[in-house]
Amino acid sequence: MVTTTALEEELIAIAGSVPDPELPVLTLRELGVLRAVHLRGADAVDVELTPTYTGCPAIEAMSLDIERALHEHGIREVTVRTVLTPAWSTDDITPEGRRKLREFGIAPPRTRAQSGPVPLELGPTRTRTEEQDPVRCPHCGSSDTELLSRFSSTACKALRRCLACREPFDHFKEL
Amino acid sequence: MTTTVPTTAALALGDDALVLSHRLGEWAGHAPVLEEEVALANIALDLLGQARVLLSLVGDEDELAYLREERAFRNVQLVEQPNGDFAHTIARQLYFSTYQHLLYDRLATGDGPFAPLAAKAVKEVAYHRDHAEQWTLRLGDGTDESHERMRRACEALWRFTGEMFQPVQGLDVDGEQLRSAWLESVGEVLRRATLTLPEGPQSGAWSAGAGRQGLHTEPFGRMLAEMQHLHRSHPGASW
Repeated sequence: MVTTTALEEELIAIAGSVPDPELPVLTLRELGVLRAVHLRGADAVDVELTPTYTGCPAIEAMSLDIERALHEHGIREVTVRTVLTPAWSTDDITPEGRRKLREFGIAPPRTRAQSGPVPLELGPTRTRTEEQDPVRCPHCGSSDTELLSRFSSTACKALRRCLACREPFDHFKEL
Repeated sequence: MTTTVPTTAALALGDDALVLSHRLGEWAGHAPVLEEEVALANIALDLLGQARVLLSLVGDEDELAYLREERAFRNVQLVEQPNGDFAHTIARQLYFSTYQHLLYDRLATGDGPFAPLAAKAVKEVAYHRDHAEQWTLRLGDGTDESHERMRRACEALWRFTGEMFQPVQGLDVDGEQLRSAWLESVGEVLRRATLTLPEGPQSGAWSAGAGRQGLHTEPFGRMLAEMQHLHRSHPGASW
């Protein structure tokens, strides 16, 4: 494996503390999109960033924010590279990140047992069937929720509604 | 990456994603309900992201998207077909996303030049396919009107489906094996939607089956004119 120096650890912490531009409650490290920071010389670094979805427009804002954060810590030259492999998964979101999402009013993704086809078997719209691991309402905690739309305000979220407290909410869907 | 990128294949897959993305984007402001507007735009965004990665493998993404002439595009004719009514859009989505899901699933294994993108995109396309499937069930097994429209749409687009299984230079997949998996998957969805697989040929000598060679149907030129107009009018402009 690649060894990481103490300074690189420090730089990862700095770059990783940058908030996500779409979900500012999460840091990039909690979202799991910061892959590596490599030192190149005394004051130049390469940063490896992976997108959540291939077309996620936030990746450009993330790159700029990382560059700014590292510049402020005296790194003169910052190169942010986008890497696709291994593909990001919602399982890369840290437990702390999941807790923050829930507090922010977004139901966190469930952990995926294995990759493969999306294990969704739901009615057309606004219907529900029994799910083994139900999405819980981030507001009242009820597991009695229904899917309104597979795609919500961003590609990574689905729109659901709680049948107990009647609040609609976003669900960070499993990928 | 040491593998060289097969240009023909990258353009074929990239143009499929780009052109369908643009067609789906045309629904913005016109979709039947707000949730659907957002869903189609999100699917379009996923496809645009895939197109950017694929086209960037062989050149400058903006030049390829905005400055090529119609004959240089390598997308299948299916994805350039106009949106039609909502059933037509859903039939196109069902046909294409099923193909794309099967294709990416095969490309994701191994260490070919498309494996990184395919491994990522296959998970996104699974949601596209699921979306198309649910709507096909709802429309096919819905009212007499929705059933008839969905049936007509599936029939109308059928002759464009054969092209997806033609061999593409540099794409290491078995087209006939892909076709039988596709027929099984689409046939199963249509059956549950109280519809049947159309019976006509999957391609027609008069028009269908030549998009991969740069021959496109009439609506494509108009779509490109709209898509490329701004960039060609203001070369090099940026936000």
